[in-house]
Amino acid sequence: MKTFLKSTFALLSILVAFTSCNNASKSNSGALSSSAAEKVYVAPGEHDEFYAFISGGFSGQLSVYGLPSGRLFKVIPVFSQDAEKAYGYNEETKPMLNTSHGFVPWDDSHHPDISQTNGEIDGRWVFINGNNTPRIAKIDLSTFETTEIIEVPNSAGNHSSSFVTENSEYVVAGTRFSIPIPQKDMPIKDYKGNFKGSLSFISIDPEHGHMDIKFQLIMPGFDYDLSHPGRGKSHGWFFFTTYNTEEASTLMEVNASQNDKDFIAAVNWKKIEAYVNNGGGTMMPTRYAHNVYDEATHSATSTIKKEVRVVNPLDVPGAVYFLPTPKSPHGCDVDPSGEYIVGNGKLSANLTVHSFTKMLDAIENNKVAGDAYGIPILNFEDVLAGVVEQPGLGPLHTEFDGKGNAYTTFFISSEVVKWKLGTWEVVDRQACYYSVGHLMIPGGNSQKPFGKYVVAMNKITKDRYLPTGPEVTQSAQLYDISGEKMELLLDFPTVGEPHYAAGCPADLIKPRSKKLFKLEDNKHPYATLSEADTKVVRDGKTVHVYMTTIRSHFAPDNIEGVKVGDKVYFHITNLEQDYDVPHGVSMIGANTSELLIMPGQTETFLWEPKQVGVWPFYCTDFCSALHQEMQGYVRVSPANSNTPLKWSLGEDIE
Amino acid sequence: MFIAALLPLGLFLFPLWKITLEAPQYPIPLGMYIHINDFSDVHPHDIKNINLMNHYVGMKYIPEAIPEFEIFPIGIIVTTIIGLLIAFKGNYKWFLFWFILMIVLSSAGLYDFYLWEHDYGHDLDPKAIMKFTNPDGSVMGFQPPLFGSKDILNFRAHSYPRLGALFLALGITASFIAYLIGKKNNKKIPS
Repeated sequence: MKTFLKSTFALLSILVAFTSCNNASKSNSGALSSSAAEKVYVAPGEHDEFYAFISGGFSGQLSVYGLPSGRLFKVIPVFSQDAEKAYGYNEETKPMLNTSHGFVPWDDSHHPDISQTNGEIDGRWVFINGNNTPRIAKIDLSTFETTEIIEVPNSAGNHSSSFVTENSEYVVAGTRFSIPIPQKDMPIKDYKGNFKGSLSFISIDPEHGHMDIKFQLIMPGFDYDLSHPGRGKSHGWFFFTTYNTEEASTLMEVNASQNDKDFIAAVNWKKIEAYVNNGGGTMMPTRYAHNVYDEATHSATSTIKKEVRVVNPLDVPGAVYFLPTPKSPHGCDVDPSGEYIVGNGKLSANLTVHSFTKMLDAIENNKVAGDAYGIPILNFEDVLAGVVEQPGLGPLHTEFDGKGNAYTTFFISSEVVKWKLGTWEVVDRQACYYSVGHLMIPGGNSQKPFGKYVVAMNKITKDRYLPTGPEVTQSAQLYDISGEKMELLLDFPTVGEPHYAAGCPADLIKPRSKKLFKLEDNKHPYATLSEADTKVVRDGKTVHVYMTTIRSHFAPDNIEGVKVGDKVYFHITNLEQDYDVPHGVSMIGANTSELLIMPGQTETFLWEPKQVGVWPFYCTDFCSALHQEMQGYVRVSPANSNTPLKWSLGEDIE
Repeated sequence: MFIAALLPLGLFLFPLWKITLEAPQYPIPLGMYIHINDFSDVHPHDIKNINLMNHYVGMKYIPEAIPEFEIFPIGIIVTTIIGLLIAFKGNYKWFLFWFILMIVLSSAGLYDFYLWEHDYGHDLDPKAIMKFTNPDGSVMGFQPPLFGSKDILNFRAHSYPRLGALFLALGITASFIAYLIGKKNNKKIPS
């Protein structure tokens, strides 16, 4: 075995070297023509044609870019605390990061996907998975804020997620690391046959987007790596790549790479849905958090749910099949017609494409090659649509342009390869700098991709930018794919480590983007809707400050009667009703972040004064010409003092 | 004349005047409509935001209501009733009387508007955050123009009549035309 591996790596190195030479000669011959600059130039004040939502990987967030300019507009906090926006720091959003393990202030955000209607992206929500402590988040694209996070029980390494079906019926989350279900104390070496993988179908409320786990399919203990929904003719099915069908639990890089073929699991979710709707499946005790942010109260609530419906695939005959797919397939991509399912066998020299029609035919004629834990395995030859021969090394992901072409990333040979669906011939290849992972064509996971650009998200940056010490930014590359040949247009740096992105024409989102929150709609329990209503209320050792901001002052801005040992909650309402006039606030010594409060919004931070004195607070966002004057004082008296509670604005306090 | 008397009622449907404030940081300008009985926002919260801007130079808040909002509608209704009475009575000489009445009242209304604007632009809070002086040393005023466009610090202010004013003007013109026609017809009939 060792010799086999050695010779494979030797061969790979030679091929890498060969490809690199090729790349160098291409860029020397002037691949970057002057027109590339014009193609990505968005004149000052003008807008990009597309939004790109690029995941942050280990940053836990989701960043918003414009295409073709590659300009960064916003980093939306999702799974990680963000001191800039007080996400996970203020009292309103702390519940968003609650889990069955308690407050988890970080996650590894992976695969953003935009909601769809009739197989086309509709620009309402982005869903994204947290890989580490399994969670799915929903981001509302009218506010560009995370408005819901649901924890996924019975899962670990929530990786084959969070892909949306063509009418946003479900957002699907699959487990990468199989585990004992339910969890129990057992020897790790007894993995095989005892560990299970869960595939969760989370329903999406069509109006509000609220998520609810409809059912979990409890599958054999493989690693469910990536997934995509069927569409068009294959709508109602979902496809998951698997690796580690060896069911190894140690030295995975070797032990999970032994089988010649792993599987793509084809799941007929419509069939299981009908089974569940008729009372099928069993309710299993578990614990998971469901966190919902309400725009009216500007606050999140966290609920711990106590049970989940699980389905044994053997109880629903004809609902799950395994399609043999070579060598630990990674990406599982379905073309816009729904006919072709691409298994990107990352250790395979070829790219395998399955046919949905042939799969149905094989199922109908009962052409079963065997079974894995009772789940039927179809014949590789019976479901195979075609093979792209030797397109590159280390295929990871494929996207489609809607014009009959597919684009696959190759990590090892560091390139994007364009090939034709149906004829399986390679049309073009372009180098990536370096070692590309995911790629994205706007509308990629839908029946209607916008095949104008592809973004390659690279794992290795090296010398592409000015160096910044040992840690350098990750890099994305934009290619024009409107012609027969791809053209590299732009390098741009990305936040964290992007694992996939979702793109969308700007016109789908721009008109719905909110400018402010209406004060009259503010239902925050501690909202203060006018300066006349500002007050300070003591309740034992807790003090609630009902404060407002408007250019350019706090009301009140002088507070006395606070004592050492109090818990002081500053509930601050921004009375502004003008676009882009947030106010910030911070208090000296507060063990939390600033607040950044949008017009019409109320946010709360906690301050626990520990020292006697007069302590200032101030506005942290340069709000107006008199921003520097936007400041105030709190007098802190000893714990046993009798200083009366007083507050004022524009007058002396005594 | 009948039409002339009814046209000013358009003031109850459409704004009389519009003041627009443009500035670099307002790509969508701030704006305010003046109706016969109300001030209103062009875009939501415009008046609130005009007030916020203006408080820096010590200008008063644009009031929720002014006495004129009571008087002007009554004036329009009364003159309409007078106009209708005249229309039914049918003596063309009275048409001219109504025409002159309306010209006088409208001019008085415009003058009143000018006085309010002048007061609004000049009666500044002595504790104003920012005080500006003209080149001659006098305190700078911030009165928007009665009609036309004017630069005021970082803003460019526009003030123009709207559809309601057009209805009023058409009514007044129609009454004069009615008078001329009446006069012409009168001459044809030998007395």
